[in-house]
Amino acid sequence: MSSAPITLSRSRSIAARFRAGDEFAYTLTLVCAASIFLVTCLLVYQLWIGANLSRHQFGWDFIFTSTWDPAREIYGAVPFMFGTVVTATVALFISVPIGLGAAIFLSEMALPSISDTLTFLIELLAAVPSVIYGLLGIFLLVPVLEKTVVPLLKSTLGFLPIFSGAFYGVSLFSASIVLSIMIVPFIISVSREVLLAVPVDQREAALSLGATKWETTSQVVVPYAKRGIYGSIFLALARALGETMAVTMVVGNVPKVQASLLAPGDSIASVIANQFTEATSDLYVSALIELGLVLFAITIIINGLARLLILTTGAKVAK
Amino acid sequence: MSTTSESETIVGSINQEPLTSSGSAPKQAETIKLSTDRLSFHYGSYKALHEVSLNFYANKITALIGPSGCGKSTFLRTLNRISETIRHTRIDGRITLDGEDVLGLDVTNLRRRVGMVFQRPNPFPKSIFDNIAYGVRVNGLARGSSIREVVEKSLRRAALWEEVKDKLQESAHALSGGQQQRLCIARALAVDPEVLLLDEPCSALDPIATAKIEDLLFTLKDDCTIVIVTHNMQQAARVADKTGFFLMGKLIEFDQTEVIFKNPSAKETEDYITGRFG
Amino acid sequence: MLSPRRKIVNALMLSLTGVCTVFIVGVLFIILGYLFWNGARYLSIDFFTKLPVPIGESGGGMANAIVGSGKLLLLATLIGVPFGFLGGVYLAEFGTGPFPSMVRYMTDLLNGVPSIVIGIFAYSVLVRPMHHFSTLAGGLALGVMMVPIALRTTEEFLRGVPQSLREGAMALGASKARTIATVVIPAAFKGILSGMLLDLARVAGETAPLLFTSLGNNFWSSGWDKPTAALPVMIYQYATSPYDDWHRQAWAAGFVLLALVLAVNVVARLVLARASHAA
Repeated sequence: MSSAPITLSRSRSIAARFRAGDEFAYTLTLVCAASIFLVTCLLVYQLWIGANLSRHQFGWDFIFTSTWDPAREIYGAVPFMFGTVVTATVALFISVPIGLGAAIFLSEMALPSISDTLTFLIELLAAVPSVIYGLLGIFLLVPVLEKTVVPLLKSTLGFLPIFSGAFYGVSLFSASIVLSIMIVPFIISVSREVLLAVPVDQREAALSLGATKWETTSQVVVPYAKRGIYGSIFLALARALGETMAVTMVVGNVPKVQASLLAPGDSIASVIANQFTEATSDLYVSALIELGLVLFAITIIINGLARLLILTTGAKVAK
Repeated sequence: MSTTSESETIVGSINQEPLTSSGSAPKQAETIKLSTDRLSFHYGSYKALHEVSLNFYANKITALIGPSGCGKSTFLRTLNRISETIRHTRIDGRITLDGEDVLGLDVTNLRRRVGMVFQRPNPFPKSIFDNIAYGVRVNGLARGSSIREVVEKSLRRAALWEEVKDKLQESAHALSGGQQQRLCIARALAVDPEVLLLDEPCSALDPIATAKIEDLLFTLKDDCTIVIVTHNMQQAARVADKTGFFLMGKLIEFDQTEVIFKNPSAKETEDYITGRFG
Repeated sequence: MLSPRRKIVNALMLSLTGVCTVFIVGVLFIILGYLFWNGARYLSIDFFTKLPVPIGESGGGMANAIVGSGKLLLLATLIGVPFGFLGGVYLAEFGTGPFPSMVRYMTDLLNGVPSIVIGIFAYSVLVRPMHHFSTLAGGLALGVMMVPIALRTTEEFLRGVPQSLREGAMALGASKARTIATVVIPAAFKGILSGMLLDLARVAGETAPLLFTSLGNNFWSSGWDKPTAALPVMIYQYATSPYDDWHRQAWAAGFVLLALVLAVNVVARLVLARASHAA
């Protein structure tokens, strides 16, 4: 017989401490979770009021004007929306076929160990900071484009308006190429997972009917994984739209809408990065913030679509 | 002269039944469509099948029974070489289809001639029509409007036409489990296979759907040779002309279904049939 | 029948997919190779120890940028990790119902916000009221960027801990809070740690949000309320300048930055691999 029995009041206080511990944990974690909620709301709010001056000045014309003239204090978003959309679209044109091809190889063809190793390496590409892509863009990509690729392009497809005009290195085209390299790992990574998640018996059913491996892959496996693949494309698109440093270092920073990809241009993120600290007037700053608001809206929509598509493909594939 | 006697010898050896333990003589009308000769199968270093020699007779239904893990599904999957999709596997021995060595045939051709229906219905995420038409299109067996005829014929053979004829463009996934499985059978039939392999086709289905498929098999055997793996002994007794009993990767006994169930020669067969294990 | 055409198409298309893969892996190696080659060439002790010299003069280094990045990342971690981690604990252990779902949605929203917009946010909230650029503002921007991934990682790995572990502890009389602290979190620790490391590596390379928050500084920055140099920003400024000497330093800085980022990435992924094998 050792310790005295626990009295009722002692047990009550132990229970109270337990509950207090739980309460504290709950409250603490709730506060943190709520603060994220608040910060996001605050962010939207700050963007909104920061853009006030510009919105009141220009109204809806802001997204229809193609002049950006700080001297005359006329600001329009069109050149940047144009540049953002064009570079992202061209980047997708390049990266989707190549990325999907690689994803197919990694999921259907390669031995699992090789597939894992290569995927690991490709995912490292996604870890390279944007500014490093910009650095390589300026000193490696642009000279290569100038010396080899663009002359070839112009000699074969130069009649097309998108490849017309002189090429001085920095351009929408260069920015698109850099972007495509930056977003291809996302397409590969997500598509590969979606493809791997396609049930084995789908492949076996097709093969059992006498289909070749390519026929099985292209006509049964890929369609099965369609939604997830579209999701990966939207994800890559959202990434491309918001990319700042790599783009601003090779795009040319000229706020004009032009037909040729070889001409310099600009994107929303790029112009904000470039001109924010140079903005001399309140209206100027407000216009830049309003551009940020436009970009924010675009990326929210695209990201939302991406998640919808990936999540509805199946629980295992959601990321 | 010598060629005739050679061919007679060949015919004579084909018609020999290596494993009938009942001693009853095979009917002379039976021809062998598909056969294996000392077939062994390895997963890596693990030997899953041990020298299985078995004949499948044309236009007959052969059932393969045995407890879980006995190798009957593994064996079935070697017949159309779908086992090759798994790495580090090896087949030893011979498989012959109409006397031709299966392992030497082009595998996509083989698979068109030897079709397969899987345990769980696995329709493609396409319309009912496109599911059936898939094999036809991919093999170039028909074009344009004649595809429609093939689809209708296959659906009729699978006893599904009446139920889906008005909704051919709808998704195959909208059908019930039993209907999906009949769809998969129709899909396999559309490429006009000579042999149809069924791997426990009714295990995921309710009794009514099962009965429909069993009735189906009787009508199908007129046009093709059927091999069905089943864990349900009563099913084998109901549908099969011949039955083979597998245990631990070996073929223990193979005979007319009646003989296997009423008068088995091997003790293991008798133990399994009477439910002492399995 | 298997026509020659089908055979050729099959072989051709499957080979093409291999070509795509080789191409991309090739690009990776070119990027890394070129950067390491150029970076290593121009790296020197001076780089790590000296301050930048005025325009026109040669020499100098990026010591202040290295320290500046360190300070910014420290701040980012102090802000991002606690909020992300505890928020993740909330969602995983207490989180059912409409509010948690909203928090999740908001977190994903925040994750998708371009980094330049986060910079605008930090500018509006700190730089404007304080009337000057500061390390604090830069740290805030990076911290806010860290939160979503920290939260998702924490939630994911905590959810991965089997319910039976929790029940076992609680059946022994441990309160929920105690269970979480002493059983659940340790079980998920490796995964959460690796996630945080990846998060940090990602944020270490971010430039855009710093451009108008911590801005830049040619000298040492003391305390937290002054602008500071940071490695990625220096790379940007030097690379886009017309001076060869600065270009060389940009390569060296790029080398150092990438080496650090990749090293952390590889370590984090290895920790992650061990975590999932042990699970």
